[in-house]
Amino acid sequence: MRLVLPCELRGCAISHIRLVLMAPSDTPNTYAGFSRRHLLTCEGLTATEITWLLDLADKAAETNRQVHKKSDLLRGRTLINLFFEASTRTQASFELAGKRLGADVMNMNVSASSVQKGETLIDTAMTLNAMRPDIIVVRHHAAGAVELLSQKVDCCVINAGDGAHQHPTQALLDALTIRRAKGRVAGLVVAICGDILHSRVARSNIDVLNALGARVRIIGPSTLLPPNAARFGEVFTDMWAGIAGADIIMMLRLQNERMQGSYIPSSREFFHFFGLDQEKLDLAKPDALIMHPGPMNRGVEIASTIADHSRSVIREQVEMGVAVRMAVLEALARNLPNR
Amino acid sequence: MTQKTARSATKSAADPKRRAPAPPGGTVFINARLLDPATGLDVPGGLVMRDGVIADLGPHLRRNAPADTEVIDCKGHLLAPGIVDCQVFTGEPGQEHRETLKTASYAAAAGGVTTMVVMPDTKPVIDQVALVDFIQRRARDNALVHVATMAALTRGLEGTEITEFGLLQRAGAVAFTNGKSSIADTRVMRNALLYAKDFDALVVHHTEDPYLSGSAAMNSGEVSARLGLPGVNTAAETIVLERDIRLVALTGGRYHAATITCRDSLDVIRAAKKRGLPVTCGVSINHLTLNELDIGSYRTFFKVRPPLRTEDDRLAMVEGVADGSIDVIVSSHDPQDADVKRRPFAEAADGAAGLETLLSAALRLHYGNQEVPLLVLWKALSTNPAQLLGLKGGRLAKGEPADLILVDLGEPWVVNKELLRSRSKNSPFDDSKMQGRILRTIVAGETVFPFPLS
Repeated sequence: MRLVLPCELRGCAISHIRLVLMAPSDTPNTYAGFSRRHLLTCEGLTATEITWLLDLADKAAETNRQVHKKSDLLRGRTLINLFFEASTRTQASFELAGKRLGADVMNMNVSASSVQKGETLIDTAMTLNAMRPDIIVVRHHAAGAVELLSQKVDCCVINAGDGAHQHPTQALLDALTIRRAKGRVAGLVVAICGDILHSRVARSNIDVLNALGARVRIIGPSTLLPPNAARFGEVFTDMWAGIAGADIIMMLRLQNERMQGSYIPSSREFFHFFGLDQEKLDLAKPDALIMHPGPMNRGVEIASTIADHSRSVIREQVEMGVAVRMAVLEALARNLPNR
Repeated sequence: MTQKTARSATKSAADPKRRAPAPPGGTVFINARLLDPATGLDVPGGLVMRDGVIADLGPHLRRNAPADTEVIDCKGHLLAPGIVDCQVFTGEPGQEHRETLKTASYAAAAGGVTTMVVMPDTKPVIDQVALVDFIQRRARDNALVHVATMAALTRGLEGTEITEFGLLQRAGAVAFTNGKSSIADTRVMRNALLYAKDFDALVVHHTEDPYLSGSAAMNSGEVSARLGLPGVNTAAETIVLERDIRLVALTGGRYHAATITCRDSLDVIRAAKKRGLPVTCGVSINHLTLNELDIGSYRTFFKVRPPLRTEDDRLAMVEGVADGSIDVIVSSHDPQDADVKRRPFAEAADGAAGLETLLSAALRLHYGNQEVPLLVLWKALSTNPAQLLGLKGGRLAKGEPADLILVDLGEPWVVNKELLRSRSKNSPFDDSKMQGRILRTIVAGETVFPFPLS
């Protein structure tokens, strides 16, 4: 077990410190630094837990760059990707992560199946549970749906996005990308820009970055900021001011349905005032990183040239996505009872 | 190119804005009564204007004109900042038969209005950057007075999608309004105020509940009962106003109630101001000087929106101006041609022409029983609207633009609608006796309205 530095414990609840001191020898089934059964939210994750997962993901990232990427850590385990909402990269990323660890992976796109026949979420969960999976990865359009499902099944549940609530693996992969590029997360100025109100990516990142001691800035028009936004970071409605001196610029996707109407008047105006272009980028630190969870709307929240900029780490984020998901799968699977 | 030069040459001959070059020392007004509501100045004195701005002013210039100046003897008449009228409807673009920016500006010049703020209720609606630009270019080329424009608060004034406040503001829009219509959807209004706050933009709102108001033709009460006309209660105005105030408290957006008309609304405004909310309001000259009884036997020139109210409400409006609760007096100039006014009352169009009679009618408050002081009146006509919209002018001070009016406060006259310069003649003050008349209107140092000094 690696030594926990006092600075990493900042903000940790006392109970978590005790937990760190107990692991791993006291509870043989608990896998070192991460002893949760599910990964549903980033809220409440400690710096120690996050750092531990990132260390594991770092190793996975190395493995992924080898010719032989496959291990048998999850051999015999069944992973179900249960997606109630369309997804390309997250689903592919989980599928690949599971397969590289040797699990049997099944993809279910429920939007096109039993939900349309009127089955409730809980019935779907019970049906799947009867098939005895070990891990279910769930994405759902309603906030809280994944937690509800987790209460009804016997296996591990990973939240792959629930409404505007959380998307934990996205925040972990973002933290990993930052840490690998900058060597640390603590103390960095991270500007999260765009539609904060409807973004599960923003909520997850705010939790993880704050836990790791980054200085979080939240930038967006007032209509796209959550109430009491100042509770989550330093709030800017002027992007020029908000981006000044930033180490990391994290752009968010603007959902198409928000572009026309009462939240913001048009994508043209949004790009003018909140889109990342060269002029605004020049205000950030010279070595600032550009991030985006994807899929991008080029010319809406990010200029096309900026998306392909040398400081853009958008493709690294995708690579780290697989690594982080391998780490999470490994951590959760190891905690499963081994009967 | 040649064609262009030729055209501009013809124009300069006809344009009263172009005159012989002024003497190097500028123009000096001596023997004037200077009135500046911004500083509370009301003294005999003089004023020098040079290169379109006020170069000097004060009692020391009362009799002594500096050398090399054109001297104008004001004969003791009032020299004050020109009126800034922040609610003017025109028909340009789209309904030029009612009024163009040019004809409206001639009426404005004759009425002592040196800046008119035009509303976006045109065809098409002013809801895009290119249209704001159109208004500014047309005004620059054709108007005698300064023209500023408000842009639409929602696309097409439909009350559902907010417009590009940021880009429109950069293009020159001074505020955002839904013109003659109210936003019925509370969520749209909240988001508009929230979004406007980011740009420190002012939201100007006509408060009228469209469901309650329906097809009302006048104020609801004894008169509407006698005339058999569908009426609307003042509650239609106050309900929306109260809702808006709550949204202002929620969002912190800057809000201006375009025209309030009744005592209840005034109470709401007073309470909001007491709470320190960023709320201001205006009143139209019609609701300060007329009441529902003026409708008499279905006279459609008195059909305005919101409708003329009771005498008690009118008196409340005058009180509001006198104590400063009401910030701005507007003409609510709304030219309508005879075709839409010469109809049965309920079917006739709303609106009254008002630019040319604004000041004379407002002076009724000064001469009437309430005796509103001139400084208070001028503050609401000139200083406050300029300040509210971030416009220059509205005060007498060195370096301010020379937007001035010379007024004979005592001159009696009778309004003759045929002599009005507005393209539409729907004045409710036709045949009214007035006291106080504009002698000269000066915009950026140029005389744009000379009334013959006899």
